[in-house]
Amino acid sequence: MIEKNSTAKASFSWLLKMALRDGKASGKKLGLFMASIVLGIAAVVSIQSFGVNLKENIALQSKSLMGTDYKIDSNDAPNERIIAVLDSLGGADAREISFPSMVSFKGNEGTKLVQVRGIEGGFPFYGSIETDPPAAANSYKAEGGALLDATVMLQLNLKPGDSINIGNITIPISGSLVSIPGSTAVFSSVAPPVVLSYDLIEKTELVQMGSRVKYDFYFVAEEELDLRKLRTDLRPTLQQNNYSIDTHVSSSERLGRRFDNFGKFLNLVAFIALLLGCVGIASAIHIYIKEKLKAVAILKCLGATKRQTFSIYLLQIAGIGLLGGVIGTVLGLGLQQLFPLFLGDLLPVDVEITFSTQVIFMGILLGVFMSVLFALYPLMNTLYVSPLQALRVDEGASEKSRFAGLMVLLGIFVFIFLFSYWLLGDVTYSLAFVLGILITFSILAGVAHLFMRAIKRFFPTSWGFVARQSLLNLFRPQNQTLILILAIGVGTFLISTLYFTKDVLLAQASLESQENTPNIILLDVQSDQQQAVEAMISDKNLPVIENMPIVTMRLHAINEKTVNEMRRDTTRTIDRWLLNHEFRVSYRNELTIAETLVNGEWNTTVKDGEPVPISISDNLVRDAALEVGDDVYFNVQGVILHTRVSSVREVDWSRAQMNFMVVFPEGVLEDAPQFRVITAQTPDAAASAQLQQAIVMEFPNVTIIDIRQILTVVEGILEKISWLINFMAFFSIFTGIIVLLGAVRTSKYQRIRESVLLRTLGAQSRQILKITALEYFYLGVLGSLSGILLSLGGSQLLAWWVFETPFVPSWVPFLVLLPGITILVLAIGLSNSMSVIKSPPLEVLRREGS
Amino acid sequence: MAKILNIEHLGKTYRSGTREISVLEDISFSIEEGETYSIVGPSGSGKTTLLGLCAGLDQPSSGSVHLCGSELSAMTEDARALLRNQKVGFVFQNFQLLPTLTALENVVVPIELQGIKNAAKVGMDLLDKVGLADRFHHYPSQLSGGEQQRVAVARAFSNNPSILFADEPTGNLDTTTGEKIVELLFNLNKERGTTLVIVTHDLELAQKTQTILKLKGGRIAAKEKGIA
Repeated sequence: MIEKNSTAKASFSWLLKMALRDGKASGKKLGLFMASIVLGIAAVVSIQSFGVNLKENIALQSKSLMGTDYKIDSNDAPNERIIAVLDSLGGADAREISFPSMVSFKGNEGTKLVQVRGIEGGFPFYGSIETDPPAAANSYKAEGGALLDATVMLQLNLKPGDSINIGNITIPISGSLVSIPGSTAVFSSVAPPVVLSYDLIEKTELVQMGSRVKYDFYFVAEEELDLRKLRTDLRPTLQQNNYSIDTHVSSSERLGRRFDNFGKFLNLVAFIALLLGCVGIASAIHIYIKEKLKAVAILKCLGATKRQTFSIYLLQIAGIGLLGGVIGTVLGLGLQQLFPLFLGDLLPVDVEITFSTQVIFMGILLGVFMSVLFALYPLMNTLYVSPLQALRVDEGASEKSRFAGLMVLLGIFVFIFLFSYWLLGDVTYSLAFVLGILITFSILAGVAHLFMRAIKRFFPTSWGFVARQSLLNLFRPQNQTLILILAIGVGTFLISTLYFTKDVLLAQASLESQENTPNIILLDVQSDQQQAVEAMISDKNLPVIENMPIVTMRLHAINEKTVNEMRRDTTRTIDRWLLNHEFRVSYRNELTIAETLVNGEWNTTVKDGEPVPISISDNLVRDAALEVGDDVYFNVQGVILHTRVSSVREVDWSRAQMNFMVVFPEGVLEDAPQFRVITAQTPDAAASAQLQQAIVMEFPNVTIIDIRQILTVVEGILEKISWLINFMAFFSIFTGIIVLLGAVRTSKYQRIRESVLLRTLGAQSRQILKITALEYFYLGVLGSLSGILLSLGGSQLLAWWVFETPFVPSWVPFLVLLPGITILVLAIGLSNSMSVIKSPPLEVLRREGS
Repeated sequence: MAKILNIEHLGKTYRSGTREISVLEDISFSIEEGETYSIVGPSGSGKTTLLGLCAGLDQPSSGSVHLCGSELSAMTEDARALLRNQKVGFVFQNFQLLPTLTALENVVVPIELQGIKNAAKVGMDLLDKVGLADRFHHYPSQLSGGEQQRVAVARAFSNNPSILFADEPTGNLDTTTGEKIVELLFNLNKERGTTLVIVTHDLELAQKTQTILKLKGGRIAAKEKGIA
């Protein structure tokens, strides 16, 4: 006799059992859904996990990254006050003086802009200087030699024992410098380091008027010293004297944050891959559940409640999400091992990969949550199925609750917002991201709808059967046009945006083929050297583009409020950087091509007893809250100068020329201590090298910036970063392919019925193949073209608003992505339909029915 | 004998655009416990709609349905599902087995829904009764039409129902197999005392029941005694 449960409710374990039984038999279909989410999870987990590892490694290696516990530094030589502070700390354990300079090499034609670092004492106290030969790290001071950046040694084919000319001294190279604490590879690329003994600096005679010299004092702290407190205590005094204090803790935090920003960007790219997978899940579940509605009706006939039937499939989806989350997480943890290979020396530390529990949990939970969230809307169909459907009574589709549907949609957007907020930590950016996603998806969905409507409206009835049938497939019931265009479009959009953005960045940095644009900048030219330097350039038949005087000064007061008062004022509206900034000011009576007057008048008349009229750049209006008519007092090397803002200029900072925040009229600063900046244009790298060599030989104090070389460095960095970004974007493409496979597969049964019907009516395989091929061709072209055009528009907006630079898009997306992705879509579509086309109709029907 | 199903002035209309279509009008009859009953009529006469209303699968537009002592229109959808699960069995024309479940799993669904522990044993006994014990692990697609309908019959009796509704149970089967299924249904009806309600257009099958209700155009055309 059957013993009935009084509540007559099936337990959770039965629901689970039913979900498993059904899932087992639907394995193939569910496998594809799972794959849609696996790659997205893998992308997010790999970035997250690598970010956590990088942060941990930076924190762990913070002392050896900086080489000391804390340092006090400035661009000014220490005054009495600073010396007193240093003494109160027991005196510095080591000190360094550094500045950029040109160096040349004996017996070698090469010249190079380097960062000269004169070190005294036992720095680095943590970590070590890595050299080749290793002994050079300890012997260079005693030998009176230098350690030269390893890359420069390789580039210029130099060996230990060769000589290097630094200013007025020629010393042997003791070894090649592989790494030194406190110096990162990215910044060393422009001015690679040359390390020598502190005593030799004076002999170089390079420290003079206008030189950008930096003074560092290194300290080893007792274990128990509270570095944060020390920093807070010393900061006010140090700031007043233009000095700052940096501890290994704050320095590593800053470094961590810098990489965090890049990580956040990559996280978003990965998140888009995940979202794309979720769109695939929603579409696949939609078809899947449609097939299950009959079973739901039967279960309801047998007495299952709507909550029970809903739960069976919800559990199934959650299970797939869990499995997808686990596989994706494992894959992501493995993939992160590749990142150091992509980024190479852009990373500040050797990253030891460990597995973070938090990230593992996040990956798995994300799998479950995203699957359920995106499956919820199609899953809701099970709630509204009438059991009557089991009795052959077709009531038509039941009306879904609009409110519930809206709630699910709202839930999805709230989740996307919250997750992006968790990644970015900024409400505005997160909202912009959600909005961006919404706009991109809406535009692509709009394109798909428009396309379908346009075909319906302007259907080419005169076309042949094959062409007409392929077009009909695009808007028939249960078509895949929308989901395929979304999948292909988003993937293509991401990849081509990366290409275009790279173009924008490079266009901004690029100077090639621009007439009258300097590509050589000579800094620190002393007033008495300017004529000889100009002559040297002219002798080589090269044009001198600009020759500008530079006077250094600091802000003393604005409208009677001194800088010291402003420092103490917590309600000040002026940006802090201005209070310690050393302004490099020029004087002239004309505007340059890069400047436009936007406010006030360009006044060059200086009257005795009246403030000097100056012109400021528009960023100063923002950062210093200055307006036309404000009084500004500058400290010009001890002399206080009263000036008044007479005009505001908009400056195009992206132009490769010397631009200034403050411009004085002629007739005021001529007698102040000053130096010149001369710019010139060289036609090629060889002419540039010849000019640099000649100037270094004659004027060792002059620093030369070769913009062509800097561009190469920038390109190198962008190349490395774009490798990683492309790698992440390919996750989106791969996810798109899986979504595509899923979409093709789910519509396979319908296609089979149609193909069989057509073949029964006498259609040939070739004709059916053509219909299928044409349909996927349309989808491939439309999807990828929409994606490329959308990214073209987006990049143009970026170029206008963010980079403020003209943008010439690359042809790569049009020439490579468009045909590439179309062929891919075609191949996937056809390979899936081939079995249908090749087999006899009856066999196909029997196989698909079983 | 007590009435297990009592229908009074039952009506059902559907809306098609702005038009209202009446499928059933003023239907009244009752069935007693253990009785065999058939509903016959031409296509479109409203047989299946009537069956759906009797079993609580749909709500009537007018009138009332009392099933096993409960007034169905006063019950929620979940309460009606519970009633079906405990008191009602179904056999469908298209068998309606769950394609992703094996024969045994299909049979035990109604009793598992009740939370019964020894479901597999009950299921195997029933499969044995319909002669398919050795095919218990087969999926519906691996069974013939007749075998599928035998599994459906086993499932219909698995919850020991008070009333069993059969919708054209032989409609998709050849004559010999159909006869076997009918025999099975009537045998189990006798053995367990289950009320049997069959919807069919097969007058020969209808004659085997105690009462025949003839429908025409959504109304009762006649009510006759069968030869049983």
